[in-house]
Amino acid sequence: MVESRAAAVQELRARFAAGQTRPAEWRAAQLRGVLRMATEMEAEICDALHADLGKPKTEAHVHELSLIKSSCLFALKNLKKWMKPQKVPAKLMNFPSTARITPEPLGLVLVISAWNYPLLLSLDPVIGAIAAGNAVALKPSEGAPAMSSLLAELLPRFVDGTCIKVIEGGVKETTALLNQKWDKIFYTGNSRVGRVVMTAAAKHLTPAVLELGGKCPVVVDSNVDLHIAAKRIAAGKWGCNNGQACIAPDFIITTQAFAPKLLESLKKVLEKFYGKDPLLSADLSRVVNASHFGRLKGLMDEEMVSDKIVFGGQRDEQQLKIAPTIFLDVPLDSAIMKEEIFGPLLPILTVDKIHESFGLINSMAKPLAAYLFTRDSELQNQFEGAISAGGMLFNDTSIHLTNPYLPFGGVGESGTGAYHGKFSFDAFSHRKAVMNRGFAGEARARYPPYSAPKLKILKGVLEGKLGDMIQAILGFPRGK
Amino acid sequence: MGAPVAINGPIGERAITCSHSQWSTGAAEQSERVRAESMGSMVASVEEIGAAAAPQAVERRLGELRATFESGRTRPLSWRQSQLRGLLRLLADKEEEAFRALHDDLGKHRAEAYRDEVGVLTKSANAALREIGKWAAPEKVWVPLVAFPASAQVVPEPLGVVLIFSCWNFPLGLSLEPLIGAIAAGNAVALKPSELAPATARFLEENIGEYLDATAVKVIQGGPAVGEQLMEHRWDKVLFTGCPRVARVVMAAAVKHLTPVALELGGKCPCIFDAVAGRRNLQTSVNRVIFAKWSSCAGQACIAIDYVLVEERFAPTLIKLLKSTLKRFIADSDQMARIVNGRHFQRLSNLLKDPAVAASILHGGGLDAKNLRSIEPTILLNPPLDSAIMTEEIFGPLLPIITVKKIEDSIAFVRARPKPLAVYAFTDSAPLKRRIVEETSSGSVTFNDAVVQFGVDTLPFGGVGQSGFGQYHGKYSFEMFSHKKAVLRRGFLVEAMLRYPPWDEQKIAMMRHLFRYDYVRFIFTFLGLRR
Repeated sequence: MVESRAAAVQELRARFAAGQTRPAEWRAAQLRGVLRMATEMEAEICDALHADLGKPKTEAHVHELSLIKSSCLFALKNLKKWMKPQKVPAKLMNFPSTARITPEPLGLVLVISAWNYPLLLSLDPVIGAIAAGNAVALKPSEGAPAMSSLLAELLPRFVDGTCIKVIEGGVKETTALLNQKWDKIFYTGNSRVGRVVMTAAAKHLTPAVLELGGKCPVVVDSNVDLHIAAKRIAAGKWGCNNGQACIAPDFIITTQAFAPKLLESLKKVLEKFYGKDPLLSADLSRVVNASHFGRLKGLMDEEMVSDKIVFGGQRDEQQLKIAPTIFLDVPLDSAIMKEEIFGPLLPILTVDKIHESFGLINSMAKPLAAYLFTRDSELQNQFEGAISAGGMLFNDTSIHLTNPYLPFGGVGESGTGAYHGKFSFDAFSHRKAVMNRGFAGEARARYPPYSAPKLKILKGVLEGKLGDMIQAILGFPRGK
Repeated sequence: MGAPVAINGPIGERAITCSHSQWSTGAAEQSERVRAESMGSMVASVEEIGAAAAPQAVERRLGELRATFESGRTRPLSWRQSQLRGLLRLLADKEEEAFRALHDDLGKHRAEAYRDEVGVLTKSANAALREIGKWAAPEKVWVPLVAFPASAQVVPEPLGVVLIFSCWNFPLGLSLEPLIGAIAAGNAVALKPSELAPATARFLEENIGEYLDATAVKVIQGGPAVGEQLMEHRWDKVLFTGCPRVARVVMAAAVKHLTPVALELGGKCPCIFDAVAGRRNLQTSVNRVIFAKWSSCAGQACIAIDYVLVEERFAPTLIKLLKSTLKRFIADSDQMARIVNGRHFQRLSNLLKDPAVAASILHGGGLDAKNLRSIEPTILLNPPLDSAIMTEEIFGPLLPIITVKKIEDSIAFVRARPKPLAVYAFTDSAPLKRRIVEETSSGSVTFNDAVVQFGVDTLPFGGVGQSGFGQYHGKYSFEMFSHKKAVLRRGFLVEAMLRYPPWDEQKIAMMRHLFRYDYVRFIFTFLGLRR
């Protein structure tokens, strides 16, 4: 029985108000439920991912199932610690008093997920919202319909369906959901829809986390272990949903001198990974749907870039497959260099000196991730100082998202807010300041009627002068 | 011009329009004097003095801010520290002028101006100078063995060019406290003070450029039109302090460039007054309630006590003590700030016009429309809960007292209403304190005092729900204007073959173990020794 959307939200509100989601035991039970689901339903989940995306079983395990499981385990292990109020020093000028920061759930959380990692991007934020004690509505992406209906069917069997609900649907349903009042909205997707979400959030003054994307650049210096670098770039690009990932390398910048060597290495690696005919490899995801296939075809076939293909270019429209394709020196004003590619096309841009890559990257919107391959630590430090991105990785791609101690999120056009590990708990919590004052030490100086002696003492107190503080506590100035 | 919506306008849900002709007599006289003074002022060009900055001037100045940030000028710690020291010098050198501006705008006594604004800012700037090295330092974080060799850090970096909208009630504090954080974080800053506190706005415009780096910190004066023009631009962060209605406008405008915003709003901050034991403590509690209602800008403060909840049987005691203490503290009108302008005066007197509300006045209630100082500290007992005075944020010297049967009933009362910026309670009862913290939600909770939490910079300051989102003060100010960049460094030394296609079951098994940091099982699988 599918309850109406309004009734669902109403139930979430009532359950949260009744305090059902607050106790640590409830939160831990839900996290264990998600963990059990990810363990017992592996086969069903892999099947859905294959149906939606042609995702190889390994990617399904490594990029989605394993990450969800370790996310649950990490939250379970740290839950009590995260929930504990944190004492902070109360200043001497407020003596006597104690102060602490108490995390509390925000209330009702709406998670809107994306189609490319439909399990991970649905459940990872939900895990954070649950750990923080909220009631949650999850709207999985309609772009991955098999996973959406699998989640709608499975989740209520493993967790408390009165406080954690899956609400399926497309644009119409999402718009209706956005018109409800939420205490936090978590959106993963593109910046166009990100703007729609933010507009809806503005109506109720709801804070939002926006996990968007961008063109993640990879700068490749000549001072590298080329074979390893090529493997890591290939793994990050085509081994991540065939390039359909927000942190997949979007394009490469290298020197004119080094480009031929890099290209050779990439070709060798790609043949090793996917064989001579990549369209036949089971280890490559397909393009998610016909609309995206058309978009990518358009990027490849644009007149000013179609003659710049130096590797690949094969495609199968029936199967929605596009082979790893590399371009050399496409013009900066081509479509492939203006929008986020989100597919298996990799432009290589060349510069004279490697430092020129900095200016080029800074002329574009801030990306979700920026990558640099070099052994030169001076170059690394310069890159770190000059480039702003959500996250930054030297000599590898993508894997920083698996570290629960690193905040994962964008900046500028690539988004706002972060999650993973404790950052997830924080994203869905309000840090409430609690101050407890005593009655002793009543400082007359703070009250009217005001006078010069009172002002003098106030000044001393605010400047931290001990003598004035003592006078204040002892009730000076006497009289009024 | 038409009647544009006041962007830095009043806290309150009603649509209130602003027009220059509505200035009260007092304010008009003041503006004459200030205009005369500014004729002889230094440095600023004609188009940048006094009233709203012209649109082209605004564009040029914003362009300069962006160029300054891009040049990297605001990044070095030494620059940031020099700005903070400049701010401290400004506050010391120009203290008298600051007191005068605050008195012109709001009739604040210098003690109040120091205690609530100048003094707090001095404390905050000093603390930032002391702590900035710690705040700006990259933080090393743990890396799992599987990534060896690797190192990971979280590196704070400035967001870029930020915009601060200030408010009229603490026009110096609400401008400069966020500025301290924005500068400490290494940003270039545009500050838009409220046009409803024009003397302070002018004070800021004249002095900020003198004491701080004028290419990186700019004061842009003006009304709603300038605010709208500013929001057309791309900012790397916007902090807005003001009312929910205008906050919605700002947030909606921010969508265009996906600008992240922080909103410091208000709400009706309740004070739960339990029967406190002992005459001395009871008197202290009443002192503190008066301080938090009338002594902080005459109640025009987002964290002022809006209304009091007290048990029926205890109400008479509380009221008696409030009346007698008020007489001592606020014997004459210049011990209390004045109402900011005629429009707000009208709004407050309208709250009292409702006959059912007027009938509930126990103390005070007097006002003279010609004198912005003339609203007396007013106490009401049980005005109707659906009257405007009980549904809108009061932001003035009127204190409704609502009685409940048992003090615990206050909790349900507070929960039924939008989340405020602060919840206050005067009580000895540990169970009641615990219930208040656990069962109500607000920006902050303070027991046995009020408003003072503002000065504790180890506590984050900000709202939740209708009272806003985003927190600042102390290190939280620094964080509000920073991006925490995750940086992971790997080497080429160790290469895990199992990462790469073509895939097989053994690789999958090994990866499972690695992701669980289960290194023993990993080794077994790697060596081909299955379970």
